[in-house]
Amino acid sequence: MKIVVCIKQVPDTSEVRINPETNTLVREGVDSVINPFDTYAVEEAVRWRERLGQGRVTVLSMGPHQTEAALREALSLGADAAVLLSDRAFAGADTWSTSLTLAQALRRLKPDLILTGKQAIDGDTAQTGPGIACHLDLPQVCYVSKIRSISHGLAVVERLLDHGREVVEVQLPALLTVVKELNQPRLPSLQGKFAAQAAGIVVWGASELGLSAAAVGLDGSPTAVERIFSPPGRSAGEMVPGKSVQEKVAAVVSRLQPLLASLATGPDA
Amino acid sequence: MKTGSEKETRLHIDAATCAGCGRCVTVCPFGALESDGSVAVVNANCTFCGACVDRCPFGSIVLHRAKRAGGADLSAYRGVWVFGEQLDGRIQPVVYELIGAGRALADKLGEPLGVVVLGSRMDSACRDLLAYPVDQVLQVDAPELAVYASEPYATALSRLAEERKPAIVLAGATAVGRSFLARVAVSVHTGITADCTGLDITEDGLLRQTRPAFGGNIMASILCANHRPQMATVRHGVMRAASRQSRGGTLEKVAMPRAVFSSRTRRLDFMAEMGDRLNLSDAQVVVAGGRGLGGADGFAMLEELAGRLGGAVAASRGAVDAGWAAYARQVGQTGRTVNPKLYIACGISGAVQHRVGMAGSEVIVAINNDPEAPIFEVATYGILADVREAVPALIEALGPPTGRTE
Repeated sequence: MKIVVCIKQVPDTSEVRINPETNTLVREGVDSVINPFDTYAVEEAVRWRERLGQGRVTVLSMGPHQTEAALREALSLGADAAVLLSDRAFAGADTWSTSLTLAQALRRLKPDLILTGKQAIDGDTAQTGPGIACHLDLPQVCYVSKIRSISHGLAVVERLLDHGREVVEVQLPALLTVVKELNQPRLPSLQGKFAAQAAGIVVWGASELGLSAAAVGLDGSPTAVERIFSPPGRSAGEMVPGKSVQEKVAAVVSRLQPLLASLATGPDA
Repeated sequence: MKTGSEKETRLHIDAATCAGCGRCVTVCPFGALESDGSVAVVNANCTFCGACVDRCPFGSIVLHRAKRAGGADLSAYRGVWVFGEQLDGRIQPVVYELIGAGRALADKLGEPLGVVVLGSRMDSACRDLLAYPVDQVLQVDAPELAVYASEPYATALSRLAEERKPAIVLAGATAVGRSFLARVAVSVHTGITADCTGLDITEDGLLRQTRPAFGGNIMASILCANHRPQMATVRHGVMRAASRQSRGGTLEKVAMPRAVFSSRTRRLDFMAEMGDRLNLSDAQVVVAGGRGLGGADGFAMLEELAGRLGGAVAASRGAVDAGWAAYARQVGQTGRTVNPKLYIACGISGAVQHRVGMAGSEVIVAINNDPEAPIFEVATYGILADVREAVPALIEALGPPTGRTE
């Protein structure tokens, strides 16, 4: 059983702030972490290797050389091998060309199962997983909250939808994107940390993948960022006055009246 | 490294004038710049957004944008399509918002608006769509399409888009839309932008797609200049829904070979966890509880409040981790994003990770007994009170439950 987990190194967005004077993003001192959703994918892959008593877990990422830190962290959490896709030519990749590049590496790794987080917390697109599945012509299941079984070339999984939970059987090889509910990731052991620091990381560039520079990075991306700007700030509103809880609540209810009336009548349809 | 020809988009940092001050490093949203104290260098994370260019006090950073040659004949692509997502045969609320947004785009382009419905026995639902300002409804009807499955949905829509060549395809940024539209984009080799909150047409007739990133900390506008169709998923609850105002559109049933509907996934079971009324994504009112509730029983009180308002109940990560509410209800960075008309945060302190999941709500009411709680920084109305007193008082003040018509 070969499992590949696609991970992304992201800035810890909870630390990212907008400088109100310059209206720009402040990244100073912001740590890079493994995308939280991907950590559940790593843990799940390691658990299945342990449960099945066989197999190999490879973590795969695309990014600059600093991404090695994220891969080493995944190794310390139990992954067996790490592959980094790194090349100046990959710069400016949108989800189309990112998924193409990752898919090309996956063709060489030939996994039975591909796991990745439902989305990355920096881009929030949720497009790279399905994109990889399509490039490889594999079935996909998104928003997986539980893997019930893996046997005889089939996986049975639960997926979280807007209105409930679906149980899906999927033929392997397949790609699954996962949500937080899946598991509680373990902490790295000291031994794991040491081993991860010493481990070799395979690095592939465009030429190793057999991809032309025109097919990857910005040149291979159908979309491009036109501009980036700060959202209109949401300023603090009113702390409603009142001597008692009842007075404060009454003040809010009266301010909400127009909104509540519009909700009662429904949309203008 | 290649040196610059006009064929290549690149970010050039002039080493002679760069002071290595690191200002550009701090403004880059993507961590693509590094400075060793004497000179800044750009790495492969660069998306060529240009955020660093204006920040450089020395004018050392220049962004060369290549003129990219168009591939296919783009003029062959006309019209705006909306994906008419259905659940159990009912057209989903986000579709009417897409029709509203799509109509405006189609009018700007002077092109028709179509709705594509994939499902089974959708005749009457498709006819009803013609009561809205659409020019055409395209209906693909097959038993295999009754329940969403990524492969048949993606294959059917890809095939239709390749045949009919729409200029723009929009779908709701729902679990369904976000699962399969990226597959369609890869398969027809075009760009796609996720979870858009703004759509417009540029002077050049391109779709300008605006979306939040970094948990809403920055906004980006995205263009897809040389590939068609231009595809986007659109956040629910942002666009104004179209009114019933027919344009006398037509309904066309499109037949497809059975092979299109083949799938390597199979639904074994479905467990409706939340009734329709409690679907967080569709709810106009969300009542959310946090650790301040003190226990799982606090959520019974929130259910009653939500019932009065015809809304849904959500929870902060703290409440979910404490086991008081299901993960499916978690709002925030590692849960889901909601943007209802009214969000009532009860006993939620409002850490950034929570706020990124709800700051897009129209009106926010926050109830907390800590005047320093960060939730008050984004609240429209703040109630400084014990949530266990304030919520019952709110239920009382609202009076009898509002009747909700469905």
